[in-house]
Amino acid sequence: MSSVRETLRAELGAAVLSARGEGLDSVLVLDAGAVPGALARAQALGCNVLVDITCVDHLRWVPAGRGTPSHPDRMPRWELPKPPSRFKLVYRLMALDAGQGAVRERLALECWLEGDAGPASARSLWPNADWLEREVWDMFGVRFSDRPDIKRILMYEEFVGHPLRKDYPIGKRQPLLGVDDGAAPAALSDEELRPSPGGKRP
Amino acid sequence: MRLMDVVDSELLPGVITTRIDDAVGWARKYSIFTYPFVTACCGMEFMSTACSHYDLDRFGAAFPRFSPRQADVLMVVGTISHKMAPVLRRIYEQMASPKWVVAFGVCTCTGGFYDNYATVQGIDKIVPVDVYIPGCPPRPEAVLKGLMLLQEKIRKQGWKGQ
Ligand code: SF4
Repeated sequence: MSSVRETLRAELGAAVLSARGEGLDSVLVLDAGAVPGALARAQALGCNVLVDITCVDHLRWVPAGRGTPSHPDRMPRWELPKPPSRFKLVYRLMALDAGQGAVRERLALECWLEGDAGPASARSLWPNADWLEREVWDMFGVRFSDRPDIKRILMYEEFVGHPLRKDYPIGKRQPLLGVDDGAAPAALSDEELRPSPGGKRP
Repeated sequence: MRLMDVVDSELLPGVITTRIDDAVGWARKYSIFTYPFVTACCGMEFMSTACSHYDLDRFGAAFPRFSPRQADVLMVVGTISHKMAPVLRRIYEQMASPKWVVAFGVCTCTGGFYDNYATVQGIDKIVPVDVYIPGCPPRPEAVLKGLMLLQEKIRKQGWKGQ
């Protein structure tokens, strides 16, 4: 029985940029444009559970041999390839045999985004993608192309910026009530200060 | 004992004289209705304190009210996020005077180790706090100590409260 991973790889051809990992740690890196189709196909091939959608911010990539800005003498332990862009979106899928209670396959589909433009929503495939995408928008500011009115899920509507981005100031506090903690550094960048879509708190 | 000067008089056996202030303070300190505002892991310790092993009932504080209008003491138990802060403030404002607030655990006292974008760095930035109980979570003994400190405060405040 060929795995979902191998079937997808064969079907998508050049849209699969690379593959790594084995067994339950399999990862396919896809071209961003191929993601919605690949997700639909993965579901048809048996990936009935969307475990997670998450994102990685590669803003602070440091070339090997240069050390980090704060520790110039501290070399990275291994050379990481230069990321093609800043945000990497990760879909973690699982083929669960509910009758047997057995995981038949786990597969992660990754794609590098252009700017903060994400692919189309996966809500029609797995309803739980709704909340996961809202979380990715809230924490990383990734926009899903067909959800212009997406709402935050963890933070409140008045919150400015996306706190898990690497350039979100770590000491920044935005209290809804009460005094600020005084630790707020410089204002957020224009990018960060873009107002969040969605309605105001009533 | 000033609170209850027992007059063991032959004229009035069984009669107690006291000041109204002391009597009200004494009565209030043994009839605390708590509103448990439980948001996180400290809640487990609050439950264990409230149950029979440690027995909050001994202090007259065992009766949780889940309507703020019927509660005297707001027990804030667990991490308060900025998103939750307006709710906590509203609950506090809905309580009738006299009312007291207990910050239960370091998360409520200072934010604890959640020194981040999401967590209120101490609920005293939103509501006035009467007793801080540190610990992550505080042991039931610490909670009882905090409760006794609060009772002492309530007694001293007398009928005015606050
Ligand atoms: S003080 Fe510790 S135990 Fe209590 S809510 Fe915070 S993290 Fe949890």
